[in-house]
Amino acid sequence: MQASRAAAHETVLDVQDLSVTFRTPVGPIEVPSGVSFTVRQGETLALVGESGSGKSVTSLAIMRLTAKAPYAVVRGRVRLRDASGFRDLLLLTDEQMRRVRGNEISMIFQEPMTSLNPVHRIGDQIAEAIRFHRDVTPAAAQDRALELLELVGISEPRKRLASYPHHLSGGMRQRVMIAIALACDPKVLIADEPTTALDVTVQAQILALLKELQARTGMAIIFITHNLGVVAEVADRVMVMYAGKIVEQADVGPLFARPMMPYTAGLLRSVPRVAILGERGAALQTIGGNVPDPLTLPPGCAFHPRCLHHQPGRCDAALPPLEQVGDDRAVRCLRWREIGSAAA
Amino acid sequence: MSAETAAQPLVRVDGLSKWFDLGKNLFGFGHGDIVRAVDGVSLDILRGEILGLVGESGSGKSTVGKTILRLNQPTAGSIVFDGTDLAPLARRQLRPFRRRMQLIFQDPFSSLNPRMTVGRIVSTPMMIHAPDSSSDERRQRVDELLRLVGLSPRHAERYPHEFSGGQRQRIGIARALVMDPEFLVADEPVSALDVSIQAQVVNLLLEVRRKLGLTMLFISHDLAVVGCIADRIAVMYLGKIVELAPTRSLFLSPRHPYTEALFSAEPIPDPAIRRDRILLKGEIPSPVNPPSGCVFRTRCPYALPDCARIVPELEVVGPGHAKACIRDDLELRPSQHA
Repeated sequence: MQASRAAAHETVLDVQDLSVTFRTPVGPIEVPSGVSFTVRQGETLALVGESGSGKSVTSLAIMRLTAKAPYAVVRGRVRLRDASGFRDLLLLTDEQMRRVRGNEISMIFQEPMTSLNPVHRIGDQIAEAIRFHRDVTPAAAQDRALELLELVGISEPRKRLASYPHHLSGGMRQRVMIAIALACDPKVLIADEPTTALDVTVQAQILALLKELQARTGMAIIFITHNLGVVAEVADRVMVMYAGKIVEQADVGPLFARPMMPYTAGLLRSVPRVAILGERGAALQTIGGNVPDPLTLPPGCAFHPRCLHHQPGRCDAALPPLEQVGDDRAVRCLRWREIGSAAA
Repeated sequence: MSAETAAQPLVRVDGLSKWFDLGKNLFGFGHGDIVRAVDGVSLDILRGEILGLVGESGSGKSTVGKTILRLNQPTAGSIVFDGTDLAPLARRQLRPFRRRMQLIFQDPFSSLNPRMTVGRIVSTPMMIHAPDSSSDERRQRVDELLRLVGLSPRHAERYPHEFSGGQRQRIGIARALVMDPEFLVADEPVSALDVSIQAQVVNLLLEVRRKLGLTMLFISHDLAVVGCIADRIAVMYLGKIVELAPTRSLFLSPRHPYTEALFSAEPIPDPAIRRDRILLKGEIPSPVNPPSGCVFRTRCPYALPDCARIVPELEVVGPGHAKACIRDDLELRPSQHA
């Protein structure tokens, strides 16, 4: 329902063929590799993958926060909509990019403990973000900071303006990070594992807060996570990454109901589900093998050594293209037609 | 394992408390605060069973595990392991028990010495507890264990950095099993692993339990993972057990409001489910100043004025099912898995 409403909205971020090549002592590593997607106003796109899949580097590259060339070379286009049309963030100067970051596009991170400056008051840290982008008086910035603390549901917000980060719990700090990220009404919020370090009851609070804020402001959210439960909770659309590449892209409902790429299906099967009525101690379904090392990626489809459906001579011969399947769905698997529902 | 021994507790914990004295700092300042990490915990772990211990950060679940293994000196209470109370024992007296109980750590990256080969890591407990073993015996035992945990004997010559997180956790499990222990404490053993690897390690633990007849305390913040592996589950909040029940009974009919809230907060991997969530207010209070009466009352949607006054005791409410809550009139929602 949310997805169809979002479809009426315009694209705010258009990423085309994004690749990042890292120079390492043992050779170049390209993660992500040729990633393309769009995000529309008011929608949440979830980026799902395991460690090393490239989901976090993708978001850092969009924010222009990866290391500089030649240590990391970013290629492709990252076009963000503004009043006059689209601008490619990768073509901006560092100074121009600083005006965009935290203003038109913001980011929150997994670790709310290390993302705040320990020696500055909460209120000053929020006000700093506002005054960097807006020409307002210090008093006006403090007023806006107070408003933001109220918005993100911090109790006794006036008192909290004068608090230091160590006075706050993990959940409260993540709320402050969200307040800073939203200080200038960004069009796009990138949330990189924002609840992974939090307890499950606090995670539920933060997810509810993000949804409420999105409904209020119409911002687009790119939500990076490895937790499929969280994906089901927040996402309109999902992009599954494996070894630096998109392997499946779909609306959240169809993806969970009928995954087409065997990796997606395997991930869904591996989620612990309690077999309450079944036999206790029955083995969980797994994906065999290990997440591949980006330096020694298997030839062909990078997932084939772990894939139940892999065909020798085919899956290990050439990289399958990301094939468009219907309007809003794409899958990277040579055998998706043959496998059909067997993938699920 | 025969039926009558299966019902005997291997570990019997009674009134266990572990308080940490924060003391004063170098300059004599500070309040001399006391953290009540574990406060009067009683539980039995039956032979051959996997008891799950669930709670959020700060609930004291890891401290319970470490104190049962006597890696901590308990402040009060007893830990009876196979008939002997470990609580008053000195370091030297504990030694014969050490080989019978082992720990598996959360972080497979920092719990293996990077400068030792896998063979050396796995055989180190033998050098300590069986100093007379020959190097051939040790090598043979290492080979056997690497096979048991799904690695290959040739891995013994390699170093930890050559392995992925899931494989390192297998090495940690092999090390824990090398002395043929009766009792394992697994402290968040799959939390640092990718989803596709978590299931592999849970399956491995179930397999070694079946093959070796182990007794296990499985500590985790993840109810779904615990629900997949544990026979019974104890739920902890702020140093106390608030509910203890067979897994099925806990998931189908929780009797403590905190358990209900945990179930409700859990993200369920199904976008089609209608979510009607109980959102708890705030976060877990500081164990330095726990609330009076019931420790959960400050966040409990069902709290009454009496809850601030009465400290609820664990009382039996069904077969093997106990809860610490004064309200008996609540209709609590089951797990969304149910």
